[in-house]
Amino acid sequence: MNAIYILWLRQIKRYLRSKARIIGALGQPILFFVAFGFGFGPVFQKAGSGNYLEFLGPGIIAMSIVFTAMFSGIEVIWDRQFGFLKETLVAPVSRFNIMLGRTLDGATVAVIQGVVVLILAMLIGFRIQNYWLLPLAFVFMFLIAIFFTALGTAIASRLVDNQAFPLIMNFVVMPLFFLSGALFPLEGVPAGIEWAAKLDPLTYGVDGLRGLLENQYFFNLSIDFTVLVLAALALVALGSWLFSKIEV
Amino acid sequence: MAESIITVKNLTKKFGDFTAVDDISFFVPQGEIFAFLGPNGAGKTTTIKMLTTLLHPTSGGISVSGADPKKQQNEVRHSFGIVFQDPSVDDELTAFENMEFHGVLYNVEKKLRRQRIEQMFKLVNLWDRRDELAKNFSGGMKRRLEIARSLIHRPKILFLDEPTVGLDPQTRNHIWDYLRQLNKTEGLTIFFTTHYMEEVEKTADRVAIIDHGKILTQKSPTEIIAENNAKSLEEAFLNLTGKTIRDESSNAMDRLRTQRKMWRR
Repeated sequence: MNAIYILWLRQIKRYLRSKARIIGALGQPILFFVAFGFGFGPVFQKAGSGNYLEFLGPGIIAMSIVFTAMFSGIEVIWDRQFGFLKETLVAPVSRFNIMLGRTLDGATVAVIQGVVVLILAMLIGFRIQNYWLLPLAFVFMFLIAIFFTALGTAIASRLVDNQAFPLIMNFVVMPLFFLSGALFPLEGVPAGIEWAAKLDPLTYGVDGLRGLLENQYFFNLSIDFTVLVLAALALVALGSWLFSKIEV
Repeated sequence: MAESIITVKNLTKKFGDFTAVDDISFFVPQGEIFAFLGPNGAGKTTTIKMLTTLLHPTSGGISVSGADPKKQQNEVRHSFGIVFQDPSVDDELTAFENMEFHGVLYNVEKKLRRQRIEQMFKLVNLWDRRDELAKNFSGGMKRRLEIARSLIHRPKILFLDEPTVGLDPQTRNHIWDYLRQLNKTEGLTIFFTTHYMEEVEKTADRVAIIDHGKILTQKSPTEIIAENNAKSLEEAFLNLTGKTIRDESSNAMDRLRTQRKMWRR
C-alpha cells in the first residue's frame, strides 16, 4: 500500500514540476475545440443537430485524457532506459503493485488534465447541462484514464526503445480517438464506421461523458459504464501480465 | 573464514543460442570486498542481474543471504543494496525525495527512515544539497546519492556495477573511502565490478576474473599477480584475458538519449 502511494506521489510531483508538459498537453485539445467547434459549428447547426460546442466538449475532454494517460503509460520506456525502473524492480515490492501504482498515478494526472480542459472549454463557450451529474462524469473520466494508462504500460512493457512510438500513435491512439465519435455523431454513419466505433472502448467513454454532461446518448449509461469498466479491467490485467514479464 | 553470504553453483544464462554466463561457481564470505572483473561483455552485469532477482538463470543455483533469488525474491531484495552501471536516480525529484522514495519502497518505518536518510546523506557529504533536484547534480554527486540511497534499508550486501566509471580521481577516492568505512563499521559485504585495476589492488580482498562467461581465476589480488609473474593486476588481467578489443552489442541508450528530449516536453 505504501509502495503504491509513493509511486503515485512521485508521478504527481513530476507532473506538477513539468510546467511545459502541462501547458503543451493543453494546447492540442484546446486548438481542436476552438477550430472544430467554431469551424463546424454553423454546419452542425444548419443540419439540425444543435450546438456543436456542446457536442464536441466531452470529446475534447476525452481527448486530453487519452493522450495524457497514454504518455504516462509509455513513460515506462524511459524509466527503463534511464535506469529508474530497475530501482523499483529490485525493491521488495510485487510487480503487480508497481503496475497498479503506475496506472493509478497516470490516471490521476490524466483526470486533472481533463478537468483543466473542461474548465478552459467552459471559458470558451462549453455549457454543462447537468451539474449534479458531474461526480459521475469524473468516474467516467477516471475509467477512460485507467484504460489508456494501462494500454500505454502494456505496450511500453513490450518495447525496448521508442522507435515504435509514431507507429503506436498512428495505428493505435489516433484510430481509437477518431473512430470514437468524439468529433462527430454516430447516428447515420456508414455501417463500417459504426462497427468500428462499437468495437472501440473509447466510444463508450465519450458517449457516457456526453450523456452525463449534455443528455445526448448514442447507447445508454448502463451500457457505457459496463463496457468501459470491463475494458479497463481487461487492460489492467493485460498490462500487469506484460509488466511482470519485463526483464531489464 | 566467515560464513558465505553469496554462493553461486554451476550458474548458466543463455539468451537464445548465446551463452552469456557459462557454468560458473564462486562464493563470497560475509564482510568481504569482492571484485568481479572481466572485459566488456564477459558476463559481469548478467551475473549481477541474476544475483539481484532481475534475471532468471537458465540453470544452476544461487544463494544470496541464505535465500534463492528465484523463489524468495523479497527476502533477497531486502538483503542487498545496488548501484547500477547506468544512473538510476529520478532527475525530476530532489535528492531527499529520491531517498524517501527508496525508504518507503523498502518499508523502512518513518522515524528510522528519516534518521537513516540523514545519516547516509552526511556520510556522502550531500546533506546540505538534499533539497536540490537531482538533475542539477554532477555525475559524481549522483553516484554518491545512489550509494547513500542503496544503504537506507541497511542491506547486508552492496552490489556496485562499475560505480566509479566516468568519475575524476578525487571523487573515486572519496567514494572508496566511504565504502571501505562502511565495510569496516557495518560489516557490509561489497561485490563490485570495475575496469580500474588499481582500485581493485587497493581495496579488494578477493578477485574473480570472468571472460566469455567463464571464470578464469578467483584469488586475492596479490596471488593473481604472483601467479602470472606480473608487475600489476592490470598486467595479470591482460595475460589472462588477452589483448583483443571486445565489441559489446550496442543498446538503444544513445538513440533514446537524444530522442527523449524531443518529445518529453
